[in-house]
Amino acid sequence: MKNKNLVSITDFSKEEYLRILELAAEFEMKPRQDILRGYVISTLFFEPSTRTRLSFETAINGLGGRVIGFTDSGATSTAKGETLYDTIKMVSNYADLIVMRHPLEGSAKLASEISSVPIVNAGDGANQHPTQTLLDMYSIQKTQGTLDGLKIFMVGDLKYGRTVHSLLMAMSRFNTTFYFISPEELMLPAVYKLHLDKMGLEYHEGKDLAEFLPEADIIYMTRVQQERFTDPIEYERVKNAYVLRRNMLEGTRETMKVLHPLPRVNEIHTDVDDSPHAYYFQQARNGVFVRMAILSAILGVK
Amino acid sequence: MKDKQLSVSAIKEGTVIDHVPAGVLFKVVSILKLDKVGTMITIGNNLESKKLGHKGIIKISKVFFEDNEINKIALVAPSAKLNIIREYEVVEKKVVTIPDEIVGIVKCVNPKCITNNEKVTTRFDVVSKPEVRLRCHYCEKITDRDNIEIL
Repeated sequence: MKNKNLVSITDFSKEEYLRILELAAEFEMKPRQDILRGYVISTLFFEPSTRTRLSFETAINGLGGRVIGFTDSGATSTAKGETLYDTIKMVSNYADLIVMRHPLEGSAKLASEISSVPIVNAGDGANQHPTQTLLDMYSIQKTQGTLDGLKIFMVGDLKYGRTVHSLLMAMSRFNTTFYFISPEELMLPAVYKLHLDKMGLEYHEGKDLAEFLPEADIIYMTRVQQERFTDPIEYERVKNAYVLRRNMLEGTRETMKVLHPLPRVNEIHTDVDDSPHAYYFQQARNGVFVRMAILSAILGVK
Repeated sequence: MKDKQLSVSAIKEGTVIDHVPAGVLFKVVSILKLDKVGTMITIGNNLESKKLGHKGIIKISKVFFEDNEINKIALVAPSAKLNIIREYEVVEKKVVTIPDEIVGIVKCVNPKCITNNEKVTTRFDVVSKPEVRLRCHYCEKITDRDNIEIL
């Protein structure tokens, strides 16, 4: 993986995913290692994303690396009209690796063609966010002991949710059975169902969240956003149907975990938080170890 | 009544692009950058055609296209037929086939794609040839035949 870009979840092979997850587990055991001493990593956040940026910077600092970068392009020469091309050309002179977040789709791919150092995509608009997918996989593997043959429920906005699409693509390599629970307006796009058909995987679609929950190994919740609805009355009608409450978790498998990419608004009721099934805050913590693994694998220090 | 007169006069040497659907004739002109060609070009459009209803035809004197050049028009006119003319005779007939990759002809349908916001040459992988579905190399969104806009 040395010097590879991580722009899209399809950039890494199944073996490479598994290697990242293995390294992440090592970092979880020993999260302070001085292996990035002397390295400079640039975090270019052309749009703000506090959670993702802090996770990356925590990972870099934990391994003894240095961070240069910006947190909002408003304060940079981008605001003066500098092109992405020029910004990346310039920064790749300074840093050993660039982590970037950008509102436009395809920006990280373009940057990877311009840059002389590896690019790690920390989100390009609604397109890709591969480090989120890897941390979701790590969380699944850690809590279930395996990635193979699991029953994964995806709930909420399955139409626009990029984390859902990437996780689906990645987990489709592990003989997963999927359950897609969403309102009519936010159903999974046909292209992903075609992909699952092609892979010969079983999947179910439904509107009722409670119905199949006892089957689940993982419930992956996402937010149903009002702005996705053309009809506000329709939103009012469905908004509470996709809220997970503690009483719904009765009768589910003991090992079942609830994941969420965060930020949560109200789709997981706070009464779930102290349930043994809640895993979304640990999931965010896992993000640091997974990012340590990605950075050290690409820089070739592991 | 039989009218054998040609609607568009013959050429001595060059390329005839026939069976172009009438609605896309000028897209073909722009894809092949015929406005930059200095030799004689005659164009007929909305001609009656048994196959297409209405068709267009383009005759370009003294120009012979490379396959990778001419195949670009398959994006909008997969039915087009080429006749290569020497000394007023058709010496070769060709059909067009969509290439595997399209570079710099088509605009990405996604307004939030980097290629629509910064000076970048567009690039697409052709994921389905019969349906003409193009996947953007950058944003990964699909531009299909109905949404193809020529740059």
